[in-house]
Amino acid sequence: MMRAAARTPLLGAAVLAAALVGGCATDSGPKSPGIRINADPYPSTYAAYPGAPTLIRGATVLDGEGGRIENGSVLIAGGKVEAVGGPELVAPAGAITIEAQGRYVTPGIIDVHSHLGDYPSPGTQSHSDGNEATSPARPEVWAEHSVWPQDPGFTRALANGGVTALQVLPGSANLFGGRSVVLKNVPARTVQGMKFPGAPYGLKMACGENPKRVYGSKGQMPQTRMGNIAYVRETWIQAKAYDGKWDKYERDGGAMPERDLAMETLRGVLDGEILVHNHCYRADEMAIMIDVAKEFGYKIASFQHGVEAYKIADLMRDNGICGALWADWYGFKMESYDGINENIALTHNAGACTIVHSDDANGIQRLNQEAAKAIAAGRRAGINVSEQVAWTWLSSNPAKSLGIFDRTGSLKAGKMGDVVLWNGNPFSAYTRPDKVWIDGALLFDSANPRLRPVTDFELGQPGEGDVK
Amino acid sequence: MNRLLLLTAALLGSASPLAAQTVAITNGIVATGDGSDPVQGATVIVRNGRVTAVGQGIAVPADAEVIDASGKWVTPGIVAGFSRLGLAEVDLGADGSDDTETGGSPFSAAIDVAPAINPLASTIAVSRADGVTRAIVAPVAGRSIFGGQGAVIDTGSDMNPILRARAFQFVEMGESGAAKAGGSRASTFVLFRNALREARNLGGGGETISGRARDPQPQTDDVPYEEQQDPRLLGADIRRGDDALLNRFDAAALVPVVRGRQLLLVHVERAVDILNVLSLRREFPSLRIALVGVSEGWTVADRIAASGVWVIASALNDLPASFEMLAATQSNVGRMQRAGVKVAIGMIDDNDTRYVRNQRQYAGNLVGLSKVPGAAGVSWGEAFAMISSRPAEAVGVGREIGTLAAGRRGDVVIWSGDPLELASAPEAVWIDGVRQPLENHQSKLRDRYRSLERGVLPEVYRK
Repeated sequence: MMRAAARTPLLGAAVLAAALVGGCATDSGPKSPGIRINADPYPSTYAAYPGAPTLIRGATVLDGEGGRIENGSVLIAGGKVEAVGGPELVAPAGAITIEAQGRYVTPGIIDVHSHLGDYPSPGTQSHSDGNEATSPARPEVWAEHSVWPQDPGFTRALANGGVTALQVLPGSANLFGGRSVVLKNVPARTVQGMKFPGAPYGLKMACGENPKRVYGSKGQMPQTRMGNIAYVRETWIQAKAYDGKWDKYERDGGAMPERDLAMETLRGVLDGEILVHNHCYRADEMAIMIDVAKEFGYKIASFQHGVEAYKIADLMRDNGICGALWADWYGFKMESYDGINENIALTHNAGACTIVHSDDANGIQRLNQEAAKAIAAGRRAGINVSEQVAWTWLSSNPAKSLGIFDRTGSLKAGKMGDVVLWNGNPFSAYTRPDKVWIDGALLFDSANPRLRPVTDFELGQPGEGDVK
Repeated sequence: MNRLLLLTAALLGSASPLAAQTVAITNGIVATGDGSDPVQGATVIVRNGRVTAVGQGIAVPADAEVIDASGKWVTPGIVAGFSRLGLAEVDLGADGSDDTETGGSPFSAAIDVAPAINPLASTIAVSRADGVTRAIVAPVAGRSIFGGQGAVIDTGSDMNPILRARAFQFVEMGESGAAKAGGSRASTFVLFRNALREARNLGGGGETISGRARDPQPQTDDVPYEEQQDPRLLGADIRRGDDALLNRFDAAALVPVVRGRQLLLVHVERAVDILNVLSLRREFPSLRIALVGVSEGWTVADRIAASGVWVIASALNDLPASFEMLAATQSNVGRMQRAGVKVAIGMIDDNDTRYVRNQRQYAGNLVGLSKVPGAAGVSWGEAFAMISSRPAEAVGVGREIGTLAAGRRGDVVIWSGDPLELASAPEAVWIDGVRQPLENHQSKLRDRYRSLERGVLPEVYRK
């Protein structure tokens, strides 16, 4: 309860104690304010695992905000980053000291586009829980209600990818796909046990080919891109009306309006409490979505995929929208035909916030390498992005786009102890995570077979406990 | 470097058709692709489209164009170990751009991908710009477990992509094959046996069930390749049983397979499926088999090694993505290699049209595994061989491509650095001794949108 209370301001539910179940009305008189709906009915129960005070010394430290320290030190204690500095940093009594010469220390990688748990391994029909493709607008569904915490993909993302937090999104069949959830990459028995405490919800929206294909093939709207936008606008008109009704009720009281889960999510967006992550490939479509957002008074936190972001990077910069991008995916459908390897570098160079994302259970294991490819393509195009700046694509920019940068995403004193020690330069194909801490707890250690997670599904199966 | 740039500019400005040149690439860090470590300061000579000499202290012919590759790496071109390169431009929602779909065809084994390869596809140009000079191209199985006949192609900027048509017959024998054969693996194997028996009957017998495993055949270029099908197989006088399941064209296409004159490339992942496929040679002793996928290969690596068959493996599968890959691990390739299995790397079910250029990243990752306690990595030389000579050898064209050695085709790449590293890129590419353009749709888009400043004309005028 304390944990839930701590996050309420973020979610805008001021009176948590008065949480109601759907449909209840009150007769509290015209001038007394209405009762607030519980905005957090599935609260995080995540609790950090214990860690030991640890000093990593002699490493190259990339702090995730563009800083770099050669022969640097990082002290983790009490689940937090305690201090970051040079060789002068000393270990407190009883701390573990790791001599990390030749290795790199970074903040944990944050993947803002994952379907782990919703499209888990094995990818069977029974496990396919990522697209509620029954209506073009399903903002009422929540990705967390599909997450299978036993997906072996979480453990691979940890051990091979150094991923310490991730956003699980619904799929892109729908214009409004539903709410996303941000997870700590610490498998638990329940999804609540993985939820990033206090992380805002996201709303997955989608442009382009997917919604028009899924519904067009059923002979229903939308069948075209113009149908996509019309449907989106109609839905926002409903949301505005719903928001107004509830604003009035919360201010003036009276008869409680009927609850609508879909509209509750959209209301959260209009109130700035839920962040829009918009799947869009083409430059022209992204520009239209920016106008839609202005028309209805909400903000887009990120364009996801943004294969043509490089064509409108100035627009993204001017509107404060991050591009969550791939290093080199292209051409698998028409809206990705103009994908280029320089997309991330060009978009970054234009001053927009850029993020390397995966959308893939394999790609999430190699996001550091994807960033390396993006740096290399940029350098060949005359854009020199340093390693330390490129790491912002992997930790601080993702954290900013998810609204959790005050707690993670960089190596700064007081932030969560989400830290990766790499066994070499993480921009090399030859490098792997050596150790990974989440909230100061050592959860992967390449040298320790005991610190190699095995999901329920893998127990007793061929290859159980393998390095993977 | 300056010299390279000048040469590029000269070629781009030239209107004459690309032709094989005599080239001497000197002072490079040369990796020949045969599994050995790279050699510093070596020279590669290419003449008349072929490599004529490689090594240190090689004399440079007087008429050669000399390219100083000091500080650069020089290798054979990358060979895509398993791909659909050139078959599809766009996979989804782009009518007319995709020739991988054959589910509506009345034919299966008889299908030949060669005429479907579009040498001007953007995917070929993009792959070429990343140093991929050759590709093994497999059909996608449609209505049958037999997908048809795949080709080995080059990625050259010309209209002659085919190095070897009908290089192999492709068959799905795992989960995917089971679905096509009626639902189960049991139905797959009876369908397979029936088809090969029909082919054997059509081919005039000649082989009997030996009941014992045959010695593995050498899988090299020495095995004759049938350029033309035996016309007797297609004649009107061939009598067939009333219960024949294959149409005559498909059955005829399997005759070279059952006779061991055409390689059978088998997609299989699960350990028991691998063993069942290997045991097919008890009934069809002439079969020449290579396996692709093979995610659980490490669990039966000794048996694969003993069989002598080639494996073209997925490099980094480590998720139980399906029930036939529960044992998937990135140590699969390293463990198989240690056990003596002949291994190449391919992109099976991994965006095999566009990701072929990432084979070198995957190979680098296998090298990186050597540093992970408990994992099985591979050496640099072996990793590079797995994306150059090994795939070529696996499909019987190892004497033509995949290595820098006298007599091989002149497929050479000069890299800015270690080709298995993420920062490296090709600076020059030759195929059959012809210097290749590296420009493509992507590089031109990059140049068009390098600046977003509004100009005197719209962007569409920037070419």
